[in-house]
Amino acid sequence: MASLKDIKRRIKSVKNTQQITKAMKMVSAAKLKKAQDEIVAARPYAEKLLGLISSLAAKTSPESHPLLAGTGGAKTGVVLITSDRGLCGSFNTVLLRTIERFLKERNDSDVSLYLIGKRSMEHFKRRQINIASSRAFGSGRPSYSQAAEMARTLTDAFLKGELDEVYIIYSKFQSALTQTPVAQKLLPISTPKAEEGKHEEKQDEIQVEFLFEPSGDEVLSSLLPKYVEVQAFRALLESSASEHGARMTSMDSASKNASQMISGLTLKYNRIRQAAITKELMEIIGGAEALKG
Amino acid sequence: MADTFLLEIVTPYRRLLSKEVDEITAPGWLGEFGVLAGHTQYLTLLKAGELTYKKGSETGSIAVGRGYAEVLPDKTTILVENAETANEIDMETAKTIVAKAEDALKTLSPEDADYAKTVESFELAQARIKVKEKGR
Repeated sequence: MASLKDIKRRIKSVKNTQQITKAMKMVSAAKLKKAQDEIVAARPYAEKLLGLISSLAAKTSPESHPLLAGTGGAKTGVVLITSDRGLCGSFNTVLLRTIERFLKERNDSDVSLYLIGKRSMEHFKRRQINIASSRAFGSGRPSYSQAAEMARTLTDAFLKGELDEVYIIYSKFQSALTQTPVAQKLLPISTPKAEEGKHEEKQDEIQVEFLFEPSGDEVLSSLLPKYVEVQAFRALLESSASEHGARMTSMDSASKNASQMISGLTLKYNRIRQAAITKELMEIIGGAEALKG
Repeated sequence: MADTFLLEIVTPYRRLLSKEVDEITAPGWLGEFGVLAGHTQYLTLLKAGELTYKKGSETGSIAVGRGYAEVLPDKTTILVENAETANEIDMETAKTIVAKAEDALKTLSPEDADYAKTVESFELAQARIKVKEKGR
């Protein structure tokens, strides 16, 4: 049986841990709020850009641009976004499980990975798999230039024919409690909205034609890489919000577990203390009785 | 027809401006263009430069990077990666960027991959300086 001193030490250490988890929870909550605001702030830009692309793609033939037309090959590039640090519940596990499933599905095709986040780098360190690039997620808020650079690498590889398809796997932020891993096709760009746009166009043909400068095709070909950038940026933002959300929830439950543990240990501590006191009293009384007799 | 229209400037980080204005002048790909209310539908690439707007006697100017402008009769949307108002611009930083870009351009030829990027940052920094000087 543990001694009083041991239990006291346990309580103290659990209390320390609880303090850390509480602090981490608070930090994550603040960061989550910020990350959420960033998602909202990025929305108008992304929506507007999408709107422009779909209205343009409807007017020009989709096959005209290499980024829109699929090559039908099997060389796949996958971007995986995980976090740098752990202690965020099942956030990374779920993502890694998703990519494992993804890899299993396309066993024969050669897949090259673009890893973001130290967790995924560690996971694939000793695996026989083609890693095209890997880097840390970085602290602070995801920057647009970071996303733009990533998008440029991918589009370049795609245009050179090194990749036939590009997917991006990240954690979509739904709420602080739920984050769902998603595998999204990044390239070739599919514009389901372009179809819708076409219908609208037909209904409302009186609409004045847009004037383009320099020309419709040129505008479109400069817009399409932008679209990839925006998608990548959004994935980074979503993933960052998800990470903070996941960390907040897991730290919250860790704090709760710690307080449960503390109350259990305190109970045990008090019981043992009481038992010791009772024992001592009995001994004293016993001694006194013996003296009387 | 109303004689004002809505000007919106959006970047990936924020919506910088959303305002009813009388008139704007923006750096289009093939030269500067002005927009008044009731402009025909128009979509253009933007060069880095200075965008000015007028509302009554009030004028404003904003440094914008490369991007797009979508002009509709009652609304103009500016989509750019970088946009700053005069208060947000740091003169010193802008000047160092100009100097750096000038140096870099001396060695770069138009075929280099970095050329376009350097020119853009040069133009943007110059626009920043211009806007900042006006803002004073």
